[in-house]
Formats: sequence, structure tokens, C-alpha cells
Amino acid sequence: MLRYVASKFFYMLVSLFILISATFFLMKAIPGDPFMGEKKPSPEILARLMEQYDLDKPLFQQYTKYLGNIVQGDFGLSMKKQGQSVTDIIVDTFGPSLRLGLIAIVVSVIVGVLLGMLAALYHRKLIDNIAMIVSVLGIAVPSFVLASLLQYLLAEKAGIFNVMGFEGPLDYVLPVMALSAQPIAFIARLTRSSMLEVLHSDYIKTAKAKGLNWFAIMFRHVIRNGILPVVTYVGPMTANIITGSVVIEQIFGIGGIGKQFVESITNRDYTVIMGITIFYGILLMLARFITDIVYIFVDPRIKLTGGKER
Amino acid sequence: MKKHKKLLLLMTLILAFSSVLAACGADKNEGADNGGTDKPKEQVFRMNLASDPPTLDPGLAQDNTSNTVISSVFEGLVRKGADGTEEQGVAEKWDISEDGLKYVFTLRQDAKWSNGDPVTAKDFEYAWKRVLDPNFTPASPYAYQLYYIKNAEAYNLGDIKDANEVGVKATDDYTLEVTLENPTPYFLSLMSFQTYFPVHSSVEGNASWATKPDTLIGNGPFKVSQMTKGQKIELVKNDQYWDKDSIKLEKVQMSIVNSSATELSSYRNDELDYAGHPTGNIPTDQLSAIKKELGDELMIKGISSTYFYIFNTTEEPFDNVNIRKAFSMAIDRKAIVEKITQGGQIPAFGFVPPGIKGESDEYRTEVPDTYFQENLEEAKKLLEQGMKEKGYTTLPEVTLIHNSDDNHKKIALAISDMWKNNLGVNVKVQNQEWGVFLKNRTDLNYQIARSGWGADYNDPMTYIDMWTSNGGNNDTGFKNEEYDKLVKDAYATSDNAKRMELMSKAEKILVQDNQVVMPIYYYSSVSLVKPWVKNLHLDYKGDIDFTRAYIE
Repeated sequence: MLRYVASKFFYMLVSLFILISATFFLMKAIPGDPFMGEKKPSPEILARLMEQYDLDKPLFQQYTKYLGNIVQGDFGLSMKKQGQSVTDIIVDTFGPSLRLGLIAIVVSVIVGVLLGMLAALYHRKLIDNIAMIVSVLGIAVPSFVLASLLQYLLAEKAGIFNVMGFEGPLDYVLPVMALSAQPIAFIARLTRSSMLEVLHSDYIKTAKAKGLNWFAIMFRHVIRNGILPVVTYVGPMTANIITGSVVIEQIFGIGGIGKQFVESITNRDYTVIMGITIFYGILLMLARFITDIVYIFVDPRIKLTGGKER
Repeated sequence: MKKHKKLLLLMTLILAFSSVLAACGADKNEGADNGGTDKPKEQVFRMNLASDPPTLDPGLAQDNTSNTVISSVFEGLVRKGADGTEEQGVAEKWDISEDGLKYVFTLRQDAKWSNGDPVTAKDFEYAWKRVLDPNFTPASPYAYQLYYIKNAEAYNLGDIKDANEVGVKATDDYTLEVTLENPTPYFLSLMSFQTYFPVHSSVEGNASWATKPDTLIGNGPFKVSQMTKGQKIELVKNDQYWDKDSIKLEKVQMSIVNSSATELSSYRNDELDYAGHPTGNIPTDQLSAIKKELGDELMIKGISSTYFYIFNTTEEPFDNVNIRKAFSMAIDRKAIVEKITQGGQIPAFGFVPPGIKGESDEYRTEVPDTYFQENLEEAKKLLEQGMKEKGYTTLPEVTLIHNSDDNHKKIALAISDMWKNNLGVNVKVQNQEWGVFLKNRTDLNYQIARSGWGADYNDPMTYIDMWTSNGGNNDTGFKNEEYDKLVKDAYATSDNAKRMELMSKAEKILVQDNQVVMPIYYYSSVSLVKPWVKNLHLDYKGDIDFTRAYIE
């Protein structure tokens, strides 16, 4: 186990290094600089700004200096938002994205799994059909369309919610709905198909024949096995959702990290682009890592062979 | 077995509906203090910013959003009145010397910072020299706004080392003496421009002072009480402000949403009192619906900004003036403003927009923009003539670039269509990401490019001096000695009539004689204001002033 974890960890570091290097050089290859605008600074001021932010140095020197800084945990200052450090920006804006994301994940998993289970239990009956129509819609309708629709119907017309803002608990409802529709649909389908498979397997029949009570069969055997594909999906999904859905954040006016990321790219705010990319990278890798570990506990058939033979 | 399945079904249904029910139940409590769709009774003004202000440091700010917040949190020596004239700000009175080179401001003694300290002339001297300091980090991109002051440019560029040589001096706590490089008739109006605002001496050595409410000490009608990145900024009335009796609003709430659809939706849902220009947007494709439904709340006002295309005069085929003229004459500007932009824009045939002061009236009234006319026959003739001069049998391929944006795209496609129908030339339209676009324009890596320009100060010079041969924003390759001389002479004289004459001559060279720019329209500000908001003002360039507004 330890060996497995150590080797995973090592590969994570390697991927992170590649991610940092690739992003750094690709980012610098985009034309433009953080100080551009419809009204340009004078050449003298531009030159001074370039010097103050070390942008006048050769690219490779900038790169090694940057690597040196991040090893010491220094992500630098934003080049566009004066006086704000990259760390501050990440810390301040990750909170809202995380809160929204976690709620959306919990809602997606609970609703998705329940919906999938129902569909499997009522296989080819009305409930199954309804559940599957809902899930097809959920997958087919893009979140921004759903978001605008929800704003129009539930906020503007029905007056139940605010169109935007992120203050009271009510403000979470619409963004969570918009954000979780797609995962719900996906999880429901996954659960349904794997549950159907499990329900028709021999050991369930045996369990039924033994006269085990329904709850025991469902929770000990069916769900535990049926949920396996969902676990695989939930890991990466978690990382995707909590890193901030740009579209949802834009539409509902939520001060999340996704919005900052997009803005930083438009602004060529180099330090912020790098900082958030690294942060995202670490989150994604951790999510993968945890998924792998959880998998071992859910399914003992999976053997830990990764460390030695590779 | 069946029973259990039903139980599960029931559980799901309960779960699904509980959130909706909980939401409805909670709403009744919250709805009461929001007032629902009733008009709000509190003195709170709610507006939207399309993005976070990059900075609230007056010395560093250069964009509209930052300026909107800064102008309500800080106050300069004078402030802009509702009618555009200069009113008393921190300065009680001012004396201007006969030659227009020396200004003596007398500051009021009751002006205070939001922490209670008095605002003194030294704060102004400090703030201005701070911006000009060559070691100021990061360098202020708007430092050049202070270059009217004697030796300011030389000190900022490092040619003069001693800050005492800069022409600004606090002779005592309440007297500020300013000496200028050239007589500048609009210098007084610059005192309400953010770069000229004072800053509190506590900002020294604290690079992040303007990012946190407790270190952000201002001297304006409001102070920042809350800042949540990417989400909201809240201002409350500043009780230390000298003119606090004129301030009726208790609170200003600014949401930060970069979606015009959400902005409009929130406005309709009474979550905003103001939507649209200058800090937000109203979706153009909904304008006709808005005119019908919310006609009374729609506010359209011409602002001094120009929407235009520039020609790369160093690149074929636009190195020929007749071809440039032909392109400019062959489009229908009226159709563009009526069918596409729909927001009360005015077709432009000059470069300086209306709203800019001239000698005694508006410049555009004194100098009408009759530099050219739309004329298809003439355009065809000019194109033919230009092609003959260049020895073309067919026109080289032409590409028009614009930055990615729905409106720019619609306009570009319409114009290229007009060129095709009216001149028979094919023009490719290409959209580019903002940064890429700016880079290509700066590097003269284009043939025709979209452009826009708004005023920094209320004088035609803000549109004229950018086209000099070495102008940093002259992205056309246009170099004209006569033009440069006219601008230089206009700078040197204090005779306003002569200045206007020189600048109008320059504009004629730019538009009529050389057609370096192809003016399309003069911008307008399109916004929605709730009927209960009173005393809200937009100035000549469309900046919003809500400091004296109130809710009724």
C-alpha cells in the first residue's frame, strides 16, 4: 500500500512539473502582455513595467526564476490587479466555488443514484421511462441554457429566487440545480445499467432464495456493487465541479475561481494564470488519487500491482 | 418487496420536493425585507460592474470600472457638477495667473479623510509626486496625465532626479501651488480626474492598501465597506465627508456580473436600480423589446466616444488615399446605427465626437463634421482612380479585423457586405481575441482594423494629439509633418480660439485629406434606471455620478 501511494505521488510530481512547464511556455507564446489596452501606456512606462515584473528577461530565465519562486511557495503578485497576491486571489475565490461545488456534488450523487436505482427497480415501467427521459434531457441541455431558463422562470417570472448574487442559502438553489443537472443524468444512467446487471446476477438470486430481507440485499449487495462505476465517475467530476464552473459563475454572478481564471487569461495576467493552473492541477491529481484509493476499498478484486512491476 | 420499492420512491420524491418547498418557505421571510417588487424604501442604490475593478488606487487606475468606484470614494480639488462645470471640491477657491501657467488652490479646512485626519495640500503634493516617481512600483500607466505640470515628464522619465523641481508645492497646509509646462485651458477640469486625486500618507510602503476596506482611506462621499472578489463591492456613506449633508444615499451595492443577460434579468427582477453603460451592458438584441416594455426607464445619451475603422497606411492597397476614401464613402452609416446598434448612436463623419467643449460652444457645433459624404458614384470613381494610380487591375485581397464581440462582428459583416454591393470588392472579416488583436494592431499587422476612442479630458486635443507621427496610439503608420506642427502649436498657445482653429485644421488633414480613419458612429450610452432613482448624472463622456442621487 505504502509503495503504491509513494509511486502514485512521484508520478503526480512529474505530471505537475510537465504541466507547469507546458503552461508557462504556451502562455508566453500567446501574443499580448498584461499592460495592453485600447489606450496603451507610453513606451517608457511599458518598458519600466516590463522590467518591474521581470518580463524583459530572456524567457528561460523567467522560467527558472518562476520555478524557484514556486518551490518556495511564492506565487507572486497579480500583474493586472495591483496589490493582490495570487495566493490571496486563489484563497478568496476558491471558497465560493468549493461550497457551491460540494453541494452540487452531494445533490448529484444522492439524486442521481436514487433516480438510477428507481429506474432499475422499475425496469421498463413508467418510472424507468420518466427517469431516463429526465436524464437524456439533463445530458442534452447545456448548463448555460438551463441556467438562463431557471433564471427566467423561477426568478424573473415566479419571483421565488434572486437572479444573481451569492449571499443567502436561497441563492444557492438555482446555481446548484444548473450545475448538478448533467451529473445527475449521468450518474442515474450509470447506476441504472450497473444495477440492472447486478440485479440479474446469480448471487442476488441466491440471496433472495436464502430469504434475506430486502434491505439487506439492496444495501449490502446491490448498491455496493452497482455503485462502483459511479465512484470512478465521481472523482474527476468532483475536481471539475469544485474548480469552478466558469459559465455558472458568470451567469449567476458568483465570485468563484473559475471566473478569475478566465479573466486572467484575457488579461494575460501571467502569475494568476500559472497560480490557478497549478492549483487546478493539484486538485485534479488529488481527486484521481483518492478515487484510486477508494476504489480499493469498494472493490477488493482490484489488486495493488502498480508500484513494483512498472 | 413491492412495499419497499414504494418506500424508496417516496424517499426520492420527498427529497426532490423538499428543496423547492424549503426554498418557497424561506422566501417569505427574506422577501419581506427585500420589499419584493415594491420599490425599496431605504436609501440604497444598486448597480452592476461587468468586472472587478483592477485597482482602487487613484494613482494606478485607468479604466472605467475602477474610476466609477474611485470617484465616489475619493475627491479631487474640484468636482464635476451636474451641468459639467467645475464646482468646489477639496479646493474652496482657485486663482489662475494671466498667462495660464500658474494655479493657486486654496483648500477648505473642513475636508477630512475617512479616518478623521484633515485633507491637506501636502496630501495632493504627495499623491502627484508618488505617481510621477520613477521608482513607483508598479509604474503608473496614467502618469502622463500629470505631464501638464512643469518638469513632471522629465522627473517621471528620470531626466530630472530632484522631485522638488516638479511644479507642485504645498506652501502651507491649505495652499497648493501648481506651475504648468504649457498654458492648458482644460487643466482645471483635470482636477476631477482620478490621477489627480489625493491619497492618504499611510499608503506609503503598503502595496496592497487599496485592496482592503480598512486600509483604503478615502476623502470622498462614500467609503468601501465590503469587497468580495468577483462578487460585490459595497460602499457606505462617509460621515467624515465635508459635504455629507448633500449625500442622501446610505449605501451603494455593486454586483459583479459579466453577463448582459443576467444584468437585464436582475434589473427586471428589481435586484438592480441601474443597468447598462458605463459599467455594465444591455444586450443589443433585446433593445427593441426593452424600448416597448421599459421605454420610460431607458436612458439614451450621446457620449463623447467614436467608433471607427483604421487603415494601415503602410500596407497595400490602403497606402493609396483614394482607395481609403472610396472605402469610407461607400458605406451606409445610418443603416448601421438604425438596424444594428439601435441605441441612438449618431453617424460619424469626423473624429471628434459631440459633447466636447470648443471655444464657446461644443466643438462639433462650431466645426461641423462635413469632411466627406457617403456617395457611391464618387466612391466608385475614387476607387478606379486609386487603382489606376497603383497600377492594379484587381484589388489585392483585403481583410478586416475586429476583436471578438457580437456587435463588432455584426457591424463588420454589414460593412463588408456594403463594400461588396457598392464597390464590388470582397473583404474578408476576421475576429481575433482581444490580446492578439491589440498586438496585431500595434504591430501594423493588418489592413483595416476596428477601433474606438473615448475622451480623457474635455477638449478636442484628447482626440487630436494621438495621431502625431510618434503618437503611441497611432496604429496606422500615418506620419504628417504639417499635422505634427499644428498639434505642437496648439499646445503652445493659450488663445483658445486659435487652439480650436489649429485642431480643426489637424482634424481636416486626418479625416478629409488623408482619410486615415474611417469614422462610423459616435457612441451613445444605453442604460436602464428605475423611476425611483433621482438626481443621477452621466457626464459628457458617460461616466456615472451617483454621489448626489437619492431614492424616492
